[in-house]
Amino acid sequence: MAPKKVRTGPRNPDLVPGIKKYSRSKMYHKRGLWAIKAKHGGKLPTHEPKQAAAQPDSAVPEKAPKFYPADDVKKTRAKPKKNNPTKLRGSITPGTVLILLAGRFMGKRVVFLKQLPSGLLLVTGPFKVNGVPLKRVNQAYVIGTSTKVDISSIDVSKFEDKYFMKEKTKKTKKTEGEFFKSDEEEKSIVPQHKKDDQKTIDTALMKAIEVVPELKAYLSARFSLRDGMKPHQLVF
Amino acid sequence: MTFKRFVEIGRVALINYGKEYGRLVVIVDIIDQNRALVDAPDMVRCQINFKRLALTDIKIDIPKSPKKKTLIAAMEAADVKNRWEKSSWGRKLIVQKKRASLNDFDRFKVMLAKIKRGGVVKQELAKLKKQAA
Repeated sequence: MAPKKVRTGPRNPDLVPGIKKYSRSKMYHKRGLWAIKAKHGGKLPTHEPKQAAAQPDSAVPEKAPKFYPADDVKKTRAKPKKNNPTKLRGSITPGTVLILLAGRFMGKRVVFLKQLPSGLLLVTGPFKVNGVPLKRVNQAYVIGTSTKVDISSIDVSKFEDKYFMKEKTKKTKKTEGEFFKSDEEEKSIVPQHKKDDQKTIDTALMKAIEVVPELKAYLSARFSLRDGMKPHQLVF
Repeated sequence: MTFKRFVEIGRVALINYGKEYGRLVVIVDIIDQNRALVDAPDMVRCQINFKRLALTDIKIDIPKSPKKKTLIAAMEAADVKNRWEKSSWGRKLIVQKKRASLNDFDRFKVMLAKIKRGGVVKQELAKLKKQAA
């Protein structure tokens, strides 16, 4: 037998928008409906009609509703609203070196760990190398370079958006005397568990970074535009 | 001061402008005062204005409008590719292309290498100055 030809394109193509090539009867034959009917004894196969659930004998017959709305009320359909995180740029994959473009760490080169459910990117310096801690960063304020670090051995599953939420401190009412005291004691101290998390992630990352020559120096240096550098022509 | 590079059949030229920018082609026929028929091994033969061509020193021996096979054979015989890549013009273009394709990390490594080289040169210079003094 000749090998089966894979069909390319629709069975009934448009000759002109609105006018198909084959008529109803021709399509009946092309689709093989005659063969399907022959297989099922002259009729097209149908599903068994659904039997209505048998009413329990003690059930009260349905009462007429008390209230009919004056105007027709549209039946609302359940909206399946999904909150998806922002689509990650193709150039940004776990382990990519990113260049931060705004904020306190502007210009710093930083390692991308994962995208959080809110859409923000989880990023770390590592802290020892360039002072950037575990941090959330918006994709829009970032350049993805083509340099990748191998982070397959690093477990980042415990970090979610909740990790970065500010802890709610109770507001104590200030007395007159305290009001005029300087706000020196209001400085936020980094909690120890965050320092420990930073350390674990960093030690694991440093192993991967020290394998590549000059990568550590690269990450500790800031990016800046120099004379003659045209951003639209630079390959990152 | 005479002219050395002529528009003639067999002259290798670089396309200077347009979609085919940067391509090395051979002039295969002259159409009229302004246009030539050009061809290259991996390109469909086409006409191009002389203004879009920059002539090179390389010339190969071909009859007018040769078949593709003859053209390729003639280019191999004259070793156009290697002559071009060894010429200073060709080498400059290769360097330009390499520099344009460097990524951020590569540029950083180049910077470190330049500083290192500068350091070595300075050391040698200091040594020589000491000797001369």
